[in-house]
Amino acid sequence: MTSSDSAVVAHKVSHTYGRAPALDQVSFEIPGGTFFGLLGPNGSGKTTLFRLLASLLPVQSGTLTVGGHSVATNPAEVRRLLGVTFQSPAVDPRLTVTENLKCHGQIYGLGGAGLKQRTNMLLDRFELSDRSRALVGSLSGGLRRRVELAKGLLHSPRVLLLDEPSTGLDPAARRQFWDLIRSQRQEEGTTVVVTTHLMEEAEQCERLVLLDSGRVVCEGPPAELQASLDGQRLSVRCHNTESTQAGIEQLLQAKARVTGDSLQFRVPDAAGALKQVMDELGADVISAAVSQPSLEDVFLERTGRGLQQEEEA
Amino acid sequence: MNGSELVRGSFALAWRELLRFFRQRTRVVGAVMQPVLFWILFGAGLSGSFQSPDWAKDLEQPLTYQEYFFPGIAVLIVLFTAIFSTISIIEDRKEGFLQGVLAAPVPRSVIVLGKVIGGTTLAVIQAGLFLLVGPLLSFVGLSPGLQIDFSVTQALMAGLFLTLIAVELTALGFVIAWPMNSTQGYHAVMSVVLMPMWLVSGAFFPGDQGGWLSWVIRLNPLTYGISGLRRLLYAGQLPVSESLPSLSVSLTVTAVFTLLCFVLSVRLVARPTANNVT
Repeated sequence: MTSSDSAVVAHKVSHTYGRAPALDQVSFEIPGGTFFGLLGPNGSGKTTLFRLLASLLPVQSGTLTVGGHSVATNPAEVRRLLGVTFQSPAVDPRLTVTENLKCHGQIYGLGGAGLKQRTNMLLDRFELSDRSRALVGSLSGGLRRRVELAKGLLHSPRVLLLDEPSTGLDPAARRQFWDLIRSQRQEEGTTVVVTTHLMEEAEQCERLVLLDSGRVVCEGPPAELQASLDGQRLSVRCHNTESTQAGIEQLLQAKARVTGDSLQFRVPDAAGALKQVMDELGADVISAAVSQPSLEDVFLERTGRGLQQEEEA
Repeated sequence: MNGSELVRGSFALAWRELLRFFRQRTRVVGAVMQPVLFWILFGAGLSGSFQSPDWAKDLEQPLTYQEYFFPGIAVLIVLFTAIFSTISIIEDRKEGFLQGVLAAPVPRSVIVLGKVIGGTTLAVIQAGLFLLVGPLLSFVGLSPGLQIDFSVTQALMAGLFLTLIAVELTALGFVIAWPMNSTQGYHAVMSVVLMPMWLVSGAFFPGDQGGWLSWVIRLNPLTYGISGLRRLLYAGQLPVSESLPSLSVSLTVTAVFTLLCFVLSVRLVARPTANNVT
């Protein structure tokens, strides 16, 4: 299972909190330099996995290695290789941006001119230079996230762990954040491991593991996972969902899946089906869209549950 | 991780502690003003009913209550500062700062060292200031003249011993705060353990009339902190009595208890538990 250029290897990792199981025999491998995603609904075990990787929880069973070092037996070496950005902020709101970075850099054993240079470089790259003397508590959510990220990258880690990094960011700040991650990978070849329950984020990853109830559902590049499903998707929103549903189902010979106020159909030719629906029942339709299967569909097909469902429950 | 990295990490955390302190002015008020007010008010109010302990017989002037209370107030300032410093462990865990430190490649003892160095520095600055300024209050009529020894050697020795007490109480606060997940819980421990511990340490009353109280005082590790500091303020002129152990006993008990709290803190931090993550 272990290969020398793997950044992270998990082999049959299980974890329980008290008697509640959180992870069950999870195995996967992350090649060095990859942009890797752990996708699953809340409660799927991805944050537990993240904490195990960050060496914050004891490894109960199975093996977990980062850069060839065991998280269980050599956590100090693992921590040196890792940059970690938590879901909850780990910067001190009462310190300025520079003070936070200085404090964190020193904890990682950096100091002197080297630390100063690295700090300035990251402030510059993340467009924080003009806010370097501001108290972190006075910054917007997006800027604070950037400070977190800069903090996680100070010691030039080989692997960057991001736990739900775009939580609480507006769409513009979100885009900016991912642009920064992309440029970081280009500049330093950092392996990036991100946990998320958002499809748009997962689709950007090079490889994905889909987790559900602590188990690996499937693994692979997002495009491959999507291609593994056949057919296309037609989603329709109508004025009177209940009465129209039966009509469309009969017309397309396909069963509808209802999410919110929209009906989704799996059909071999979505464009043809769209024309059919519009011709016959066009008056009832508010909007209709044609798409390839999404990661949401992959998850749904393999587990029988939606990605967002758990969150609402 | 070599020694210099250990030192650098500890001082980075201690430095953060100081920065945070000086940005929260209310903490200064809480940790210094309340004890000083206690000193002046209790000193004035209880002066008539105070019965001077046996060991004070040889002093030139009769011992006033406010003078008796003087070292106790210095230790109360240290205790309050230690409590404020260590209660932030619970906040740091809640806010997420702590897990950022736990994910760093530093020995876990850095977390204890950083807190102890930071807390001790703040406590010694504040209590030291009180020890210097307190006697001057007699010029404005807020305290009686104190008979303490003002020589430089004595001040230095008292300062060193005060530092030891500060390490002791910060480490003790650490042991209490680390397993807790709510600041309310810490407040409860403060009211039923830490404050009573200070009250029955010979800081507030001598309690040398025998009975169960004198046993409680003798079993209380802080008694030896108070007595050690008291002796150093008077340049060893005071006789040994039940409620005032000798300097060597005071020093030994305080040092052993300090070490115990420190080792316990390091042990606690070294255990990875689900409690550490936010």
